[in-house]
Amino acid sequence: MAIRRGRGVAAINYPTGMNLGGDPTQALVHSTPTGNFMVTLSSVDLGQGMKQIMAQICAETIGVPTDRVVVDTADTDTGPHCMGTFASRGTHRAGNAVIQAAKEARQVMLEVAAEELEVNASDLETDGQGNIQVKGAPQKSISIFDVALSAHFKRGRSISGRGMFLIPRSYPEKETGAMKPSTCYAHACTVAEVEVDDETGEVTVLTVKNVFEIGRALNPKMVEQQLVGGSWMGISHALYETTEPYYPNRDHGGTDFNQYLMPGLGDLAETETIVLERPSADGPFGAKGPGEMCANPQIPAVANAVFDAVGVRIDTLPITPERILRALKAQAAG
Amino acid sequence: MAKVPVQFTLNGSEKAEFIESGTTLLNALRDKIGDTSPKGGCHQGTCGACSVIIDGELKLSCLTLAETCGGADIKTTAGLAEGGVLHPLQRAFLDAFATQCGFCTPGMIMAAKVLLDRTPNPSREEVVEALSGNICRCTGYEPIIQAVLTAARASSQNAA
Repeated sequence: MAIRRGRGVAAINYPTGMNLGGDPTQALVHSTPTGNFMVTLSSVDLGQGMKQIMAQICAETIGVPTDRVVVDTADTDTGPHCMGTFASRGTHRAGNAVIQAAKEARQVMLEVAAEELEVNASDLETDGQGNIQVKGAPQKSISIFDVALSAHFKRGRSISGRGMFLIPRSYPEKETGAMKPSTCYAHACTVAEVEVDDETGEVTVLTVKNVFEIGRALNPKMVEQQLVGGSWMGISHALYETTEPYYPNRDHGGTDFNQYLMPGLGDLAETETIVLERPSADGPFGAKGPGEMCANPQIPAVANAVFDAVGVRIDTLPITPERILRALKAQAAG
Repeated sequence: MAKVPVQFTLNGSEKAEFIESGTTLLNALRDKIGDTSPKGGCHQGTCGACSVIIDGELKLSCLTLAETCGGADIKTTAGLAEGGVLHPLQRAFLDAFATQCGFCTPGMIMAAKVLLDRTPNPSREEVVEALSGNICRCTGYEPIIQAVLTAARASSQNAA
């Protein structure tokens, strides 16, 4: 009986969004009378930071500071339609819709500014600080605050835009079954090192080294936050989490979240996370969906590391001490 | 049910309430007094989200009866900032992105405060031990550990 060490590697491709009947998200953007911009969505921020990302995307497209944008994701009854926040689709689908809506709103904003400045709208640019100016002649400028006041109270214009992003439904070809069920793949690779006690079946994860290719990181700190937490959740999927440990038998399942095991503070592995940015062709500013995929590669990497350590293949999750011991027993029995 | 009077100090100000006997401190703080910084996660003493400081000790407000707190000095996360300036722990949690959904954060900060009050320069192992009664389901804990260590360094630099 001994503590045995093993190392496992796994690589994954992970799609952004889904395609069961078309995958649409819509967005509306409008300015308030004081030149702040409102993004209306039905997409929900689950804590992953969607409101911040949508504010950045809208601000970048219109040409205003991010703090001039308010994102409202309040109500799926009254907001523009969204399929939902899942399948890592939020940034990609909603972001593309927000870009389209913000472009239309920006065009109206420039048209109103052009009337005020008595120039051609195509000669105008934003300075990113809340002003619109003539290209090459920045002394001729007007604040977006004044443009919005003019639109509302003088010109009778609505500085607003509509955005729609749709991945159409893909039907399989009759002869081959070939189809395009998903788009915009993110990629990841994990190397995990474990120790397995072949007397108790207990697994200790020593190190987890991850590389994630996620398109463009629109907010690098938030991406890092997502990936660090996700890597921990991947270890949790591999070794801890289940509602029904003896599925389909319901016995011994946790009765609440207190009994739903996940690694605690004392169970953390030394974790390294590297981000590769290869901007996607169809993502907003090159983004892909880093959400769910970041918790995937750790699972096969740990399973492979357990195999490397003690020579048994555990193909049911989570990889519990009991499953390892049963497999070792079967292996010994030949 | 008969109501009982209880008086205590909350974040430096005197509070006096009539509460129903058996009310937890968590419910008294949130529903009677209006301090919603302690969160009700499990209501059975497992998750740590309701942690508050009572007379210098870290306590679970969901397992503490309000009527036992007469004369106590109670501190919650809502009372940490002074004059609009965030406490070093709050600053460090923000800067380190140590929150996502944020539900565990007040309990984490209370547990960390008790640690730093007693051990101004803790080791990583001491931080892990001090926070081990608090559950987080978003961050993977590492950013939280780093935030507490950063806050400890910031506080000791200010004191020096």
